[in-house]
Amino acid sequence: MAISVPVEHVLYVAALLFLMGLAGVLARRNVMFLLMSLEVMMNAAGLAFIAAGAKWGQPDGQIMFMLILALAAAEVAVALGLVLQLSRRYGTLDVDSASELSG
Amino acid sequence: MTTDLVLFWVPALVALIATLMVITRKNASRALIYLVVSLLAVAVIFFVLGAPFAAALEVVVYAGAIVVLFLFVVMMLNLGRSSVLRETRWLQPGMWAFPFILVFVLAIVMFNVFAGSGDETKGQEVGPKAVGAELFGPYLLAVELAGFLLLAALVGAYHLGRRYLEERREEAG
Repeated sequence: MAISVPVEHVLYVAALLFLMGLAGVLARRNVMFLLMSLEVMMNAAGLAFIAAGAKWGQPDGQIMFMLILALAAAEVAVALGLVLQLSRRYGTLDVDSASELSG
Repeated sequence: MTTDLVLFWVPALVALIATLMVITRKNASRALIYLVVSLLAVAVIFFVLGAPFAAALEVVVYAGAIVVLFLFVVMMLNLGRSSVLRETRWLQPGMWAFPFILVFVLAIVMFNVFAGSGDETKGQEVGPKAVGAELFGPYLLAVELAGFLLLAALVGAYHLGRRYLEERREEAG
């Protein structure tokens, strides 16, 4: 089953999701919420790819979505390790606490 | 046509509202549950757009694996009532003003760009078979590169997750 909707509607939803994630990244200070907002942004990019794939009826959009999925999984694995290190070293989840860059 | 629009916009609205809840919650585990709702709603959108394989992957990998990883870390960090209070202190309402202005400007630009494309989606399902044939044909190199990326992430996560970095720092200091 598949429906036929204007592509711009799907792109509007993807843009709104992406911008909400962007607002979350800009406004939050807690690392966990930053990472969740990043997930939202990547998911929105995936939605745009699926919309493009559905427009032409080609599987390429779904393949790009799968590559984004692999990227998101890799990013989350490394970033959550960094979150654990941040919380062990500084005892907080505030991103601003790790702003010294002194090795 | 109207049915199609309803089938698309109902999960889309659910996704948008759930995402709004994700970025405004103060409790990390509640935000994660809303994130699951948002991801499942996006999976429904994928399904109705004719991408059932992507919808299944969205449920299995995003909602199933990535969010569970987040939940494990929330459990390890042992965030309690104090973290909600700290979050309230960090998240003053005024902090949303500047990001909102930036995002609003970007939204105007993006909506104007997208408004031009009046085409409709084909309404034809692209099943797992077509995706698999394409994935292991022309996109084989991309699959191998994704494998490298995941291996690198595995090594990096193992290294960062170990406790010895902390111990060595204590010895040095």
